[in-house]
Amino acid sequence: MALQAWGQLPAAPAAQELRWADRDADLPETGSSLLAYGNGRSYGDVCLNSGATLLHTRSMDRFIDFDEASGTLICEAGVLLADILALFVPRGWFLPVTPGTRFVTLGGAIANDVHGKNHHAAGSFGRHIRRFELLRSDGERRVCSPAENPELFAATVGGLGLTGLITWVEISLKPVAGPMISVENTRFNGLDEFFAINAAAEAAHEYTVAWIDCLAAKPRGIFVAGDHATADGRCAETGKPLGIPFTPPLSLINGVSLRAFNQAYYHRPLAAETKMSYAPFFHPLDGVLHWNRIYGKQGFYQYQFVLPFAARAALDDILRSIASSGQGSFLAVLKTFGNLPSPGLLSFPMPGVSLALDFPNRGAVTRALFDRLDAIVVAAGGRLYAAKDARMSGEFFRRSYPQIDAFMRFVDPRFSSDFARRVFM
Amino acid sequence: MHRILIIGATSAIAEATARLWAARGEALFLVGRNTARLDAIAADLRVRGAASVGCFAMDACDTPAHAAMLEAAESAMGGLDVALIAHGSLPDQKACESSVEKALHEIDINGLSVVALATRLGEKFAAQGRGSLAVIGSVAGDRGRQSNYVYGAAKGMVSLFLQGLRNRLAKQGIQVLTIKPGFVDTPMTATFSKGALWAKPEAIAQGIVRAIDRNKDEVYLPAFWWLIMTIIRHVPERIFKRLSL
Repeated sequence: MALQAWGQLPAAPAAQELRWADRDADLPETGSSLLAYGNGRSYGDVCLNSGATLLHTRSMDRFIDFDEASGTLICEAGVLLADILALFVPRGWFLPVTPGTRFVTLGGAIANDVHGKNHHAAGSFGRHIRRFELLRSDGERRVCSPAENPELFAATVGGLGLTGLITWVEISLKPVAGPMISVENTRFNGLDEFFAINAAAEAAHEYTVAWIDCLAAKPRGIFVAGDHATADGRCAETGKPLGIPFTPPLSLINGVSLRAFNQAYYHRPLAAETKMSYAPFFHPLDGVLHWNRIYGKQGFYQYQFVLPFAARAALDDILRSIASSGQGSFLAVLKTFGNLPSPGLLSFPMPGVSLALDFPNRGAVTRALFDRLDAIVVAAGGRLYAAKDARMSGEFFRRSYPQIDAFMRFVDPRFSSDFARRVFM
Repeated sequence: MHRILIIGATSAIAEATARLWAARGEALFLVGRNTARLDAIAADLRVRGAASVGCFAMDACDTPAHAAMLEAAESAMGGLDVALIAHGSLPDQKACESSVEKALHEIDINGLSVVALATRLGEKFAAQGRGSLAVIGSVAGDRGRQSNYVYGAAKGMVSLFLQGLRNRLAKQGIQVLTIKPGFVDTPMTATFSKGALWAKPEAIAQGIVRAIDRNKDEVYLPAFWWLIMTIIRHVPERIFKRLSL
């Protein structure tokens, strides 16, 4: 079976896949273009290279050095964030930013400049990368940091793997008292309520995020705020995750199951204040391995956009369009981004409000909905997240990522991807 | 804390096993041919929590070097509790069929060098009256098959040798463990197309650590290989010789 991205949308296979374990090795001689493939958790096609070469970087997963005094970690780019957390949380250190899954490689987290529930306080992942080494196809190895080769650093953070191969990374971990997170849950009804709760929560809490029921006539949801608990509670026991063993022929997500789920999820018994281990707080879906399979053999799309704060009306429009389409998902995540600038030329986060939704792939019907949503997002000055995308137009991308021309100067001539060829090459 | 010697430490199974030991805070001593790769693995194991990690560059077929290596390991760790012999190569069976030199070389790497090391380690553990010797053999050593009988013969020799050594040292409470992995997805088998029988080195590593902890004599990894090999061993030779295994 051909390698897929997380969305499991049909894609043509790579011509060859090479295992990449030695950070000091030269790039292979191939007749086709190269692309690093980490753990395959980007949704659309940024991690695919149909008909060309993929370099599997998961075997390049060695730690190199850790400074106990400063929390500075150096390790190879194929190390998973999960590996870092498993090793360092018991020693009192945490990732400065963690996305919604810990099963991504460090290289992938940089290439997509991922964000987390603390964006308002800490900015995107790339802000916490001190240095990395980039192997270019001319054989040169360039150490990049905000001070050294700063332009190549800015192009590579969020650069979708197109500027070369990241071999090792130096990242600052942050000290924490223990593995537990103090959590506050608040139900809200309507977006006005969301924004009011959010403004207060961002001032008081390190982590904030909201789940919304995108099928309800008036958007409602649950706002979650969290902080690292000061007193060390029980040890974090993540347990053995459940798994979806195979892909069903049809999506298990449809209008009926979705409405039922959202209704139940919104009304479930909810503790106003609680404590939980970091894993279910940051990575709730990591508890179900291969959850992407529930969408069936046709796969699914995730649609994640960000809108400037001023475009509040556009957000209402989008939610109305989704509700009236009857399509949508139980995974609708609403989060505001703060003012801390993203370091990458193609970084997704910008000040504003971001919403991520999963849609089963129903072909033309689904893509027509996306086209309607695109029109609203583009008019409002927003943009889509490349790591989640499998279908946006080149025109939309160019318009919403104005630094694309500056970025193009740093693309390595031997690197390419399905996304690059589809959208801007 | 245990003081553990790993020979063939750059192999995928050995490295995965070393990571588990590092997480437990054991002291490790790594032996392999490539100094740069040993150093990279050692740095990784230190970050992962190993009490100490030493390295020694040696070709396992260089029998005269074995004594100096053992001495270096003991002095670096202040003694020796566990030894894992994990080096090996997967020969090109076709090439070995027509080349005496190649066939004997593979027997040397996978068989004789292991016998030499196990002899020294057996003496060492016998003298100190305790210790665990674990050796990675193979299911291929259970019966000669046309597809890889040179490798199988070397692994079979190791298996029998360890059986005898175990019989001898058991009286002193010394563990001699024969590990028989089935198909493992490692760089050594990179060119094979992989099916459901293939296991990850991480899974094999867990089995190795558990078998040593539990003082086992022989272990198939994953365990279902015991059943497969029991069947394969019992097919009568007059039928077996006609099969294309």
